Amino acid sequence: MKSLTNKKKVLEQKPMSFWERLYLPAIFRGMAITFMHMFKKKETVFYPEVKREFSENWRGLHSLKRDEQGRERCTACGLCALACPAEAITMTAAERKKGEEHLYREEKYAAVYEINMLRCIFCGLCEEACPKEAIYLDGNIVESNYLRQNFIYGKDKLVEQLFKV
Amino acid sequence: MSISLFYFIAFLSIFFSLLVIFAKNPVHSILYLIITFFTFTMQYILLNAQFLAIVNFIVYMGAILVLFLFVLMLLNLNKESEPLKSNLLKTIGVIAGMCLLVTLIGSTKSLQLSNPIVLQAQNLGLVKNLGKVLFSEFLLPFEISSILLLSAMVGAVLLAKREPKDAS
Amino acid sequence: MELAFIIEKFVLITVIFALSLVVAMYSTLAERKIAAFLQDRVGPNRAGPGGLFQPLADGAKMFFKEEIIPEQASKFLFVAGPSLAILTACIGSAVIPWGEAVVIAGRMIDLQVTDINVGILYIFGVVSLGVYGVMIGGWASNNKFSLMGAIRAASQNISYEIPMGLSIIALLLLTNTLSLKEITAQQHGWHWNVLYQPLGFLVFLVCSFAETNRTPFDLPECETELVGGYHTEYSSMKLGFYLFAEYINMFISSAVMATLYFGGYNYPGMDWVNSLLGPLWGPLVGMMVLLLKIFVFIFFFMWVRWTVPRFRYDQLMNLGWKVLIPLAIANIVITGIWITVVDKL
Repeated sequence: MKSLTNKKKVLEQKPMSFWERLYLPAIFRGMAITFMHMFKKKETVFYPEVKREFSENWRGLHSLKRDEQGRERCTACGLCALACPAEAITMTAAERKKGEEHLYREEKYAAVYEINMLRCIFCGLCEEACPKEAIYLDGNIVESNYLRQNFIYGKDKLVEQLFKV
Repeated sequence: MSISLFYFIAFLSIFFSLLVIFAKNPVHSILYLIITFFTFTMQYILLNAQFLAIVNFIVYMGAILVLFLFVLMLLNLNKESEPLKSNLLKTIGVIAGMCLLVTLIGSTKSLQLSNPIVLQAQNLGLVKNLGKVLFSEFLLPFEISSILLLSAMVGAVLLAKREPKDAS
Repeated sequence: MELAFIIEKFVLITVIFALSLVVAMYSTLAERKIAAFLQDRVGPNRAGPGGLFQPLADGAKMFFKEEIIPEQASKFLFVAGPSLAILTACIGSAVIPWGEAVVIAGRMIDLQVTDINVGILYIFGVVSLGVYGVMIGGWASNNKFSLMGAIRAASQNISYEIPMGLSIIALLLLTNTLSLKEITAQQHGWHWNVLYQPLGFLVFLVCSFAETNRTPFDLPECETELVGGYHTEYSSMKLGFYLFAEYINMFISSAVMATLYFGGYNYPGMDWVNSLLGPLWGPLVGMMVLLLKIFVFIFFFMWVRWTVPRFRYDQLMNLGWKVLIPLAIANIVITGIWITVVDKL
């Protein structure tokens, strides 16, 4: 079949010449290349001391946001848990009592909110599903741990710190 | 000193060569054979035959027995695959073994201790002297043995080459 | 006299033994550093200044690892394998002349453990024994990958011993002696054997790569095909012994190459330096030169490792039997003709 794009290139395989069959010149050329790499700039980032910049659309650890008055935005609607393809999010809803208005913005809030970081695939669908703009994946990388149960992050780790104005 | 060392090493060679026969596992018996050859090397060194010692070391321990071990590792030798021996074979084996034993015992009767042989030329085993003797006095046998080895090699290559032709 | 001799040899053996162990230890660091530098990285740099204590950390880790002996393994041989490997690696250094005779307090002290007159053959024999550690360990593990590794090691070592021996024969035609001490002494100044035996050196170099199981000939332990090759089942210090044996082998074969082909402790202008420094420091400078040559060779080993990819098994056999052996035989013939022609003139 004739090529339409004219990009096809037939590879010609010539029999190797004597010099090529010796392989030694090719080996020496390769060794020269690797030797030159000794003097190149090193690409290593010295991790704990130097940290590489995250990209703009980086998705890291989740954080549950607060509003301007420091109240939790989450209303425990469960849309994030529904959207989660890995079923990593579980929550228990509770009703806001009198006198707790300064803690929770809506009348219903999440008493327990857990994300299993071993299940989470950091797809960001919970972020998109949230109607209250309460969850964002703007954190760091998940820290390592020895026990599986320590990877289930509760509200103590997820909710944003109170900021002072 | 030298005599007692000789007896010790000779005892070791006989001991390990007996283990070669009595070892249940063929790989173990090859390993005992390696040690046996190593004791031979030590005997050669006692005789000041350095070249022979080192060649025994290289050729037997370093090459031939590696090949033995190589072949044995490829075979799966265990109890299940061992062919059954009939009773007839066993009785024949026992009779033959007894005959050998009787002959050996009979031969020890005529055994007598000879005086230890003193080497005429102490440095006969050194490479230079050995080479000179091999290439002057024993030139013909040396060359004939090299032809023998060559023919063995050609034969091996022929055997290896014949298979594909038969298949096609 | 007798006691002084024994003490002298004892000190020499201890020093050489310690030296080869330390060099092997720091070869592991050098390997990682060089690998890193050739790949635009920096390599281990956390333990000590510039990663200088990394080998100690690695050794401590090896010692504290759990020791596992497989249930179905043959216990004695499983332990004997790494022991044999490191034993055969260590005894090779006995015949290498590390320098000219040193004069200390009026005594001539040879910087060579023993000068047996079949020195080259001794090294050759020790090298050929080296494969037993690998084979026994691989078989005793009772694991198919280990067995494959062991079998590969055996066939590879036997195949490459032949061209190695043949290349040495051509060298012996020139030197007329088997003693390493005399071979080194003949290369006084710049009369290095590599100038007379370039082809033989090339064959010997390739074979020593194969005999030490270094890339591109590391088929017995190739990770991509055989998990870990012959040491798949090994853990803790027994694994450490296998890895260590490889580095000691590298050190010894570098020393042998430097001695046989690159003049050992000889260097151009050594007479002038010797007359300047006297009979104690002159030979020690020669020893430093030999060590420098050895380190260059070790660097070369590592450089090749991170440049040339591993051979396929059939390529390995083709190279050994169809290329190197004919080359080595041709080298013998050329050397023989050369010697007779030179003798005639």
